[in-house]
Amino acid sequence: MASGTQLPVDDGHALPPEGERRRDFLHVASASVAAVGAGAVVWPLVNQMNPSADVLALASIDLDLSAIQPGQAIKTSWRGKPVFARHLTPAEIEAANKVDVASLRDPQSLADRTKPGNAQWLITLGVCTHLGCVPLGAGQGESRGDFGGYFCPCHGSHYDTAGRIRKGPAPLNLNVPDYVFKTPTSVTIG
Amino acid sequence: MVRLGALAVGLFFCIAVLWGAVQPRDAVPVDPVKEAHQYPEKITWSHNGPGNLGILGTFDRGQLQRGFQVYKEVCSACHGISLVAFRDLSALGYNEAEIKAIAAEYEVPSIDENGEPSTRKATAADKFPPRYANEVAARAAQNGANPPDLSLMTKARPDGTNYVRSLLLGYRDEVPASLKASAPEGLWYNPWFHSVFIAMPPPIAADGQVTYTDGSPQTKDQYAEDVAAFLTWTAEPKLEARKETGVAAVLFLLVMTGFGFLSYRRVWADIKGKKAKA
Amino acid sequence: MSFPWARQYQPTTEFGKFMDSRLPLPRFVYGALGAGYPTPKNLNYFYNFGVLAGVALVIQIITGVVLGMHYAADTRVAFDSVEHIMRDVNGGWMLRYMHAVGASFFFGVVYVHIFRGLYYGSYKPPREVLWMLGLVIFLLMMATAFMGYVLVWGQMSFWGAAVITGLFSALPIVGEAIQTWLLGGFSPDNATLNRFFSLHYLLPFVIFGVIILHVWALHIPGSNNPTGVDVKGPQDTVPFHPYYTAKDFFGLGVYLTIFAAVVFFIPNSLGEPDNYIPANPLSTPAHIVPEWYFWPFYAILRAFTVDFFFIPAKLMGVLAMFAAILLLFFLPWLDTSPVRSNAYRPLNRALFWVFLVVCLVLGVAGGKPAEEPWVRLSQIFTAYYFAHFLIITPLVSRFEKTLPLPSSISEAVLAKYGNGPSSSPGTGVGGAAPQPAE
Repeated sequence: MASGTQLPVDDGHALPPEGERRRDFLHVASASVAAVGAGAVVWPLVNQMNPSADVLALASIDLDLSAIQPGQAIKTSWRGKPVFARHLTPAEIEAANKVDVASLRDPQSLADRTKPGNAQWLITLGVCTHLGCVPLGAGQGESRGDFGGYFCPCHGSHYDTAGRIRKGPAPLNLNVPDYVFKTPTSVTIG
Repeated sequence: MVRLGALAVGLFFCIAVLWGAVQPRDAVPVDPVKEAHQYPEKITWSHNGPGNLGILGTFDRGQLQRGFQVYKEVCSACHGISLVAFRDLSALGYNEAEIKAIAAEYEVPSIDENGEPSTRKATAADKFPPRYANEVAARAAQNGANPPDLSLMTKARPDGTNYVRSLLLGYRDEVPASLKASAPEGLWYNPWFHSVFIAMPPPIAADGQVTYTDGSPQTKDQYAEDVAAFLTWTAEPKLEARKETGVAAVLFLLVMTGFGFLSYRRVWADIKGKKAKA
Repeated sequence: MSFPWARQYQPTTEFGKFMDSRLPLPRFVYGALGAGYPTPKNLNYFYNFGVLAGVALVIQIITGVVLGMHYAADTRVAFDSVEHIMRDVNGGWMLRYMHAVGASFFFGVVYVHIFRGLYYGSYKPPREVLWMLGLVIFLLMMATAFMGYVLVWGQMSFWGAAVITGLFSALPIVGEAIQTWLLGGFSPDNATLNRFFSLHYLLPFVIFGVIILHVWALHIPGSNNPTGVDVKGPQDTVPFHPYYTAKDFFGLGVYLTIFAAVVFFIPNSLGEPDNYIPANPLSTPAHIVPEWYFWPFYAILRAFTVDFFFIPAKLMGVLAMFAAILLLFFLPWLDTSPVRSNAYRPLNRALFWVFLVVCLVLGVAGGKPAEEPWVRLSQIFTAYYFAHFLIITPLVSRFEKTLPLPSSISEAVLAKYGNGPSSSPGTGVGGAAPQPAE
């Protein structure tokens, strides 16, 4: 403890001699270790803002499709956003398949947007790709727009029965989330 | 002036407090509860690591699963662990399907399609539902007692892990003579409880009460130890991460301090060096 | 700053020159904590604790701000939101333990800092304002720590809030009204929790501001030193950087190592288990105690057990507790000895150690239930606490015979190592080192 007081006599000016290279390595090493430590401390401070375990636990949901009749759709919520699950009628599937994919603004076929063997189940985010409004068309009696799919009332974007943008300002088709079929009538989204 | 004022204030406080010090004290009768009360017996835990010091150590997964089984079959009749989520059970070594199955055994509050309150099966994301809706319901069902939630029990009592084990094994038939007169009706004598009379009937009553599948001894001792370990996990699920991080942090800081010391010596060398020569 | 031989900041780069003529922040730092601050060259390790206290505050502010991103100040969910941090937030358990343990370490460091000031007479002229600003920081820390402890909304939080605000109810006439005003109700509840959260978030920044004043006031006369003798010339000082930055970096390493060991291995050892029980207004814990750093003052509060003439015992306790801190503001005028350091005041030095022991015993007594022998011990030691500052110190400073002072810091250092000129100031110089054994 007393080393702090073990001081000498007459060297008051005590300015560190310039250009003494020998001592540099140690100080660089000390500063480097301190910098690494500071970096290690910063990570938890940043990471604490990432989604917490309880939020992540709700990042995937199970959705039961069995109650949806052909022609109907349901709205549910996933990661705080609306999801539309729609049971397409054969006529709607045919209408979607008839369209020339190359002519579309965001060229995708119905098969690209559904799971193999489950073309009747169209599951998309209910978020207009224009400015993020929730399109109409999933609820009973709501307008489905000029193409029988969804219609966004904010700026008049029309989506077809495959949820593809056909008219209006939206640049892209309605987003299809990642999902897998657990049983023929239930899916896990996310 | 300041010092005269200080003298006056000082005398004022000193006389006032010493006046209290010279008052005769009432003889304090020996408190039979204090006499009978026992401190938890310390035993060795795997999560306390080498030397039972608590610095290192990991949970014994098999023990946690057995403890969870004891909790489910015995404690959960009256006590909740409502801060624990089913998804947390993955830390005990259960896989996703097993957790889903465990969660499905529980009902949690929900709203049906008519907007009426109802219940649904719990999912992995849910927490264990509380055993009682509120304290009043608990007391009504439990003869006036309120079984506490156990999520944090081992942190909410001094030496909590040992306390839980000692308490569970601490029921005694022989009430000391000094306490016989004051023994409350309907309570159980347990010198490890703070007031030595506890409303909880002995939960672990006999060897073989819970059937283990991993071949561990099915004794009261084993049950108490397992459930105490499980409740240590519920109270501090991040215990292992904490200790691992701690070892890394302390080792790193020791290195940093070592470099700091050498730097310090080097900086002061031109001043202290002369002393060495002297 | 005020020494003529202090090195002047000289910007070397174009950018440095550009800034220096517009916002001379580098010049300011250079003069405050850099090579431009001449510091006595005989400071011992006890002089590290000022910087450590600053670091402890920064740790509290950083961890506190991120905890505030997850905490919810509502009585229905406050306790659960803390457990949410402990269980679900990424690394939340570490941040929360750092904040809780950090509060204890902050107080520990500040107590060492205060006792160092007492031992070496750092409160004496010309550093009275520096000392008083330090006491203001200490008071703000106590308020901040108390309110932060309430935020957890455990049993000890709730009953601590009830007891501490209840102190004000001891005041005659206006007491009840003040307590109700503090709580925003008739018992600690949502209004209390919300205002405590708001103030707990605010006060650390106020502390930070007062620390800037504290450092400013330090730089006018410059640092005191273990001899208490004024700096006479350049031979007595070294530039703060690199000499004391290097020493402080080493001290910081030691501090952080101990801090990390407690945070990661025994994080709950400094807290009360009762605070892991959610607050219950209908059930009081068997033994209400504040955190350890309040124990000495809690002992003083409880030491007054009988009414004193027309003053009720409760009011006496409250007055004494506040007086115990406030009297420190008058210390520079109570201790009038011209000699600063206890190294040259044998009698006062002995009394310093007595006082330290008294504070430690009061601390232990404050953490115990109000039973004998602790009550009587608290009473006797409380009497000494007041007598020490208000009666003994003024008398000693007037009548004691001090040892001859060295004529300068350099000479004291020489004498200590016996290799200097023969004008040795005497054996007492050895006391410059703070070991009690001497």
